[in-house]
Amino acid sequence: MKTAGEKLKREPLVHISKRAALPFWKSWLIRILSIVASLVVCAVIIVLFTGDNPFAIYGTMIKGAVGTSRRVWNLMQNVAMLLCVSLAVTPAFKMRFWNIGAEGQVLMGGLATAACMILFGNKLPPALLMLVIIAASILAGAIWALIPAIFKAFWNTNETLFTLMMNYIAMQIVAYFVYIWSVPKGSGKIGVINATTNAGWLPSIGHNSYLLNIIIVAVLTVLVYVYLKYSKHGYEISVVGESENTAKYIGINVKKVIIRTMLLSGALCGVAGLLLVSGTDHTITRDTAGGRGFTAIMVSWLAKFNPLYMVLTALLIAFMQKGATEISTVFGLNDSFSDIITGIIIFFIIGSEFFINYAVKFRSHKEVEAK
Amino acid sequence: MITSFIHRAVMQGIPLLYGSTGEILTEKSGNLNLGIPGIMYVGGISGVIGAFLYENSLASPADANAVLAIGIPLICCLLGSLIMGMIYSFLTTTLRANQNVTGLALTTFGIGFGNFFGGSLITLVETDVPSITLSTTSHYFSKTLPFAHKLGWFGEVFLSYSFLAYLAIIIAIVASIILKHSRIGLNLRAVGENPATADAAGINVSKNKYFATCIGSMIAGLGGLYYVMDYASGVWSNDAFGDRGWLAIALVIFTIWQPSIAIFGSILFGGLYIVHNYLNDVINMTMSTQELIKMAPYVVTLLVLIITSMRKKRENQPPASLGLPYFREER
Repeated sequence: MKTAGEKLKREPLVHISKRAALPFWKSWLIRILSIVASLVVCAVIIVLFTGDNPFAIYGTMIKGAVGTSRRVWNLMQNVAMLLCVSLAVTPAFKMRFWNIGAEGQVLMGGLATAACMILFGNKLPPALLMLVIIAASILAGAIWALIPAIFKAFWNTNETLFTLMMNYIAMQIVAYFVYIWSVPKGSGKIGVINATTNAGWLPSIGHNSYLLNIIIVAVLTVLVYVYLKYSKHGYEISVVGESENTAKYIGINVKKVIIRTMLLSGALCGVAGLLLVSGTDHTITRDTAGGRGFTAIMVSWLAKFNPLYMVLTALLIAFMQKGATEISTVFGLNDSFSDIITGIIIFFIIGSEFFINYAVKFRSHKEVEAK
Repeated sequence: MITSFIHRAVMQGIPLLYGSTGEILTEKSGNLNLGIPGIMYVGGISGVIGAFLYENSLASPADANAVLAIGIPLICCLLGSLIMGMIYSFLTTTLRANQNVTGLALTTFGIGFGNFFGGSLITLVETDVPSITLSTTSHYFSKTLPFAHKLGWFGEVFLSYSFLAYLAIIIAIVASIILKHSRIGLNLRAVGENPATADAAGINVSKNKYFATCIGSMIAGLGGLYYVMDYASGVWSNDAFGDRGWLAIALVIFTIWQPSIAIFGSILFGGLYIVHNYLNDVINMTMSTQELIKMAPYVVTLLVLIITSMRKKRENQPPASLGLPYFREER
């Protein structure tokens, strides 16, 4: 018989401690295992709904994402857009500024682009028009990010909630202008802007209209990587992110860093809006950002805020979404199926981070018997 | 017209009240659950699935039993949203994942889940009904007091709602009392303000966070159920719930984390949500102006957020550890 005193002495069943840095290959092994585990769970769910062989279904998925060259381009375009927004939110996140307002910042950038295309489309020479569009979209995105940054810097207003509200304000502003500019009047839709003149459209390289977008985002990826890793600004961002007090102590102007970084973040979102409106859709609706502002947060976080890994995580998510959409068309399911699949995979990857950062030790049987 | 406006505003406000009461409880424990919009979708669709299966099992609508017709969807809804709350708590509290990322993933998942089953339920169950219209069960959910209509404007403004609407108000009042005047509430607030201190005082931080988040999720899920079963009279259409989940989170800020204020706040927000329909009769508005008016709840919330952060009154601030994970060994 055990007495109460003996029971108290027993160690807890699980013991959790923070790990020292795990070797590179080990941490990636855990991540890959978690993705495999999530694919198994997804397969089970898919079989439940379709009653088909899971391998055949993953085959359908791959075919849906990269089956034809048009689909490959579509996928690349989707990856590029998601990556662009992810790049935009990353500097702010590294600073532990939870900017979940990318959706709104992208929309404002897109709105500025659309406004320039509609108002100056036939009045300015093409080169000048392009410059005006670029300046306007970057400015619009930056302003939308600057507002919460100022309040955070001076009054410590909760930035997560602030940027969240700004999203919906941006959406309503876009909805307002969509009605004002709708063609035909009162239809509530803008339609393709400058369909005949193509004024303000990003030029297509060769026959591929998406190539320029992809190149721009690729360049931005490298730039953001260098900025965060090798510039003084990037260093300041990581210090503020690690500890605001340390930053103050070594003479970093925290307010300045917050505002500067958010301006950059917003400007990049503005670029994403430009690419979406001028380079992809050639129109604007309140859904132009399409939830990318939120998905980008997961992409950025899963990649540990490293722009190069973000290419991979953005590819993974865009691939799963495209593939799952294909499954739903083939099997006659609703296309929200892709959101369920994406959600499950993200849950698993989020969970796997724990096993990378913490070591879990179970109470060994020997110790228990010895006591 | 004013009575019908108030009536509609309350109907609009009830889902928001459920959502924000749930989120207030969750946030008081330090968890910023951005998965609330997803959870409300899941709560709604789980109830719909339960009701749909129940209605399909009936030979004729006349066989419906009031207890089962209300009980089955209600339990399904609570279960569905409880599972969502468990996923969130497990990832953020036990596995210490980032709350923003987990919450957003939960929202993506939940809205996808809702729209997927809303769109494919009929195919999956292989019935020949054209759309999900749960008139039989919804009839029980939207039952109001029989004498409400005889009492004129008083009846319409105060008595003409279904039991879920009054339940929302009761839950908000109870939550408010528990948070302010009970030991459970005190412990919960301590966990949300400073988990390290709470831990030192012998409060089980993880248990509090789990309980608050799961109960909060279940309350929020009821908002989804109310919307489908009563407001939309049992008709599920994809994305119809819209951005109400985010509006509920906005309401949490607007009410400075107090469920009792949320009762009035939700009606105000509900009114702002539909006011453009009514203003149209007074002043002739274009569609574009209506879109600007729909912005009002968010702008108002933003102003409250700014003003409370500028005034720095201590009792009006968000819980101090909101959004931060707690790991005992980490100092």
